[in-house]
Amino acid sequence: MSDTEAPAVDGVVVEINGHEVVARKGELLIDAAERAGTYIPRFCYHERMKPVGMCRMCLVEVDSGRGPALQPSCMIECTPGMKVDTESEITKKAQDGVLEFLLLNHPLDCPVCDKGGECPLQDQTMAYGPGESRMVEEKRHKEKPIPISELVLLDRERCILCDRCTRFAKEVAGDPLIHFIHRGNNTEVNTFPDEPFASYFSGNTVQICPVGALTASTYRFKARPWDLETTESTCQGCSFGCRISIDSSRDQIQRFSGVDIDPVNWGWLCDKGRFSSEAVNAAGRLGEPLLRTASGLAPARWSEALAAAAAALSAADPAAIGVIGGARLTNEDAYAWSKLFKGVLGTDNVDAQLGDGLPAEALLGLPRTTIDDLCAPGGTVVLLGPDPKEELPVLFLRLRHAVENDGVTLLEISPRRSGISSLAAVSLQPRPGETGELLRALTAGTEADRDIAGIPVDRVNAMRALLAAAAGPVKVVLGRSSVGESEAVTLDATSVLLAARPDTVFLPAVRRANIHGALDMGLAPGLLPGRVGLDAARDWFGSRWPSVPAARGLDTTGILTAAAAGRLEVLVLLGADPLADFPDARLAERAIAGVRTIISVDTLLNTTSERAHIVLAAAGFAEKAGTTTNLEGRVSTLSQRVTPPGTARPDWVLATELASRLGADLGFASPAEILAEISAVVPSHLGLTADLLAQAPDGLVLPIGATSGLPAPVAFTPTPAVPAPPVDAYAFRLVATRKLYDQGTIVQAGPHLSGLAAGTSVRVNPYDFDRIGVAAGGTVSVRSPQATLVMPIHADAGVPRGTAAVVVNQAEHRVAELMNVGDVICELLIETTS
Amino acid sequence: MARLTPDNVEIALEIIGRYPRPKSALIPLLHLAQEQDGHVTDEAMAHIAELVGVSAAEVLGTASFYEMFKFEPVGRYMVNICTNISCQLMGGEELLEHAEHTLGIRPGQTTADGLFTIEDVECIAACTEAPCLQVNYRYFHRITNEEFDQLVADLRAGARNDIPAHGTLARVRQRIPVDRRAGVVTPEDTAQPVWLAGSQEAKS
Repeated sequence: MSDTEAPAVDGVVVEINGHEVVARKGELLIDAAERAGTYIPRFCYHERMKPVGMCRMCLVEVDSGRGPALQPSCMIECTPGMKVDTESEITKKAQDGVLEFLLLNHPLDCPVCDKGGECPLQDQTMAYGPGESRMVEEKRHKEKPIPISELVLLDRERCILCDRCTRFAKEVAGDPLIHFIHRGNNTEVNTFPDEPFASYFSGNTVQICPVGALTASTYRFKARPWDLETTESTCQGCSFGCRISIDSSRDQIQRFSGVDIDPVNWGWLCDKGRFSSEAVNAAGRLGEPLLRTASGLAPARWSEALAAAAAALSAADPAAIGVIGGARLTNEDAYAWSKLFKGVLGTDNVDAQLGDGLPAEALLGLPRTTIDDLCAPGGTVVLLGPDPKEELPVLFLRLRHAVENDGVTLLEISPRRSGISSLAAVSLQPRPGETGELLRALTAGTEADRDIAGIPVDRVNAMRALLAAAAGPVKVVLGRSSVGESEAVTLDATSVLLAARPDTVFLPAVRRANIHGALDMGLAPGLLPGRVGLDAARDWFGSRWPSVPAARGLDTTGILTAAAAGRLEVLVLLGADPLADFPDARLAERAIAGVRTIISVDTLLNTTSERAHIVLAAAGFAEKAGTTTNLEGRVSTLSQRVTPPGTARPDWVLATELASRLGADLGFASPAEILAEISAVVPSHLGLTADLLAQAPDGLVLPIGATSGLPAPVAFTPTPAVPAPPVDAYAFRLVATRKLYDQGTIVQAGPHLSGLAAGTSVRVNPYDFDRIGVAAGGTVSVRSPQATLVMPIHADAGVPRGTAAVVVNQAEHRVAELMNVGDVICELLIETTS
Repeated sequence: MARLTPDNVEIALEIIGRYPRPKSALIPLLHLAQEQDGHVTDEAMAHIAELVGVSAAEVLGTASFYEMFKFEPVGRYMVNICTNISCQLMGGEELLEHAEHTLGIRPGQTTADGLFTIEDVECIAACTEAPCLQVNYRYFHRITNEEFDQLVADLRAGARNDIPAHGTLARVRQRIPVDRRAGVVTPEDTAQPVWLAGSQEAKS
């Protein structure tokens, strides 16, 4: 691992190849040797998983006082006075023998193997193996690659049975869907028949496979390692901020791989992030601007498109301009747009969120924690947000590790059982709209004496006891667990918890790529860059920007409401697709129909931008450099690896071009200059220079400098209690959650991921079927005050009685039509269709 | 024939209850499934996975390690003829050849009537009684060709009540009284095994 310093205390002195090495107490010999610069070859050992000693490649001669003997260095801890020889004749003979043994059945098809050129077996055979093969016998043959999932292929004859993939599946991901099958010479890794390795983390097994047995369907036969150009960057599949390396060849992205950084992803990626590499090269990427003509959107010249956009913006009253989106942007892009819209045009109707998150004041103003602190041993974590497995998958891996290995107590409060429920010490499912009431009971001075929010009293008290017993601050993963319920409910619950335990810290679990960076750069109503309010920072920015908006503007809901009422002249979409993503699809539809000019800045056309009047083609991920900010507030670098398609331009260029057409100069001409301005102007980012970032491969958690003498940062204001809605025995309360694979751009733009979006049905508790009068698998009519949908219905014991669960943004059933954005909860009647 | 029948689920739950961890009941439940269907079906493995709380792949991984679990249909009588060294010296291979002629099948095959499957096996630990064979893992010692033919005739005639169909380990089902069970206490959580405490009480 990355830490190269040996500890001063608790060290264990061992002798490796004649040199004294100070190992940590309990450290494995293979790690201590590597830290001291002696690499011991290995196949099965992986520093993020428990050792198994399967492959025997790391055998070295160890003398613990009873004479030297061969021992697997991944299985023995350093003990004082241990003498180790990794280069002795006996060690070399053992390595030689192990490699010859492994090669008995491993085919020498390296020239057609994806791993060839970066293969540990190939490399270590060259370095430690016999020069020539004595093998004249026929090797084992098996059917060449068999798919074990949509994304991963298994070539069993290449497998050396190191147990890495199977250990990963069980230990790390918790999806033991692959296993050793059969015995002895017939042993192979495989799935159960007709039960594929459908794990959200399956791609990691491809990365850690030390041979070419596991290959990714997205990368098979695409490139050779020596043709690849590699750059480190940060994944933009969600806001967790996993560090990745981007491999390209011939100016085409070929694959993403996980990079091991301690504070975030430990080398793991989810499949959505890993295989989002395909979205960069997606068919339909915009390479030129489009303008609406009588016959629809048609390609245009940049000068025409920018002039049209500038004309529309300058003709509109600032109060009649709305800007939605921004999570796709780099921090520099977001700052440029923020300066254009807020500092030049003077509108504050800017919101990077789509009504499905939490107010920026809460996300930025609540005391924040880091991932490492959240997962610190022995802590208590409250999950008051979305299912991390579906929305922030690598956070799920970190939390899973924390619960399984580090004694972290997880308390889950969710509207339905989730992918992490089985890890929770207690998992409670309050009725939608009543989470605040549950929190009041959980933090009350005395035990509850009745059922709360539909939860039996003993379960409430079980969680209450664990919460009361929590040592140190409670750490909360906070987000919108269901968009079927108003954000006010989550804010109420947050206020209650914060009042009862003022030292509570939060990890804001809002998932879109750089949403936290966009909010930091002021892309939210009432905010200016640097996590500061409009009024608090009016003087600060008044002297640094051309102007500052006069008053607080509208959020996305407000913008769309104004548009629907015909009060909005220009709607700018910064990569946003409100028709698909806004939780109230009917409002979004009326808004898009009601606005005069829609300017979409995007990489691909989506359902909303297809109806835009002006489409500006933007450069996407890996096509521009910059920085990004994850949910901790950690700023890390994004790198350019390929050139954008056609003449697509980075967003910051578009912002400066529009500014100059509006008669203003934003004052920068490169991402580096924008970062320099950010580090000089943005209060929370003061001192964040490119040099500092270059020295911090793990990124930097803000703030890094002094905080005195600056505008006061935004603070979370406790919100009023939301009264529990009266229970209607005939209605079901809607729970609307997300799945990792949906109709979003990243998934749909990749041919291998797009088929994984499973669609949705309405899911209710098995005990609720009697009152509906339909069998599971049948079709029902789902009626809300807004709309009626005809959908299949399924039984799901994870959905509490009296609620109905759906998945948003899936094909076919537009469940967002059911919801009305202002309502605390959404009540449904489910009836037979006849 | 697929998942465990309701009666067998009841037995399965009783077996699971004997162990501190449900997963420990895996092998006995696989035997139960094999007793039910004559071989271990995919559906039964998926059902067992649900019952003990592991994945179906883990059940298959464990089951496929063991030669005695069959994943394809086999005959009602599984005849294992030893051809390892002692038996080989005493005519095991000749016995196997005779069996092939008598039954009209090669090792690994099943007779058309579904009654017999023969396998040649490695040492079954009865060298003093060579040549030997097993029918559904019941031993037959120092077998001659004539004795083999008689055994086959008896099995065909249904005259061997002492040999139940393949998959049935014992004709009497094991029952463990509740007070003799290890219980649901995991070994880490208890200083002394439940059964030991019980026997000490009995002594005092």
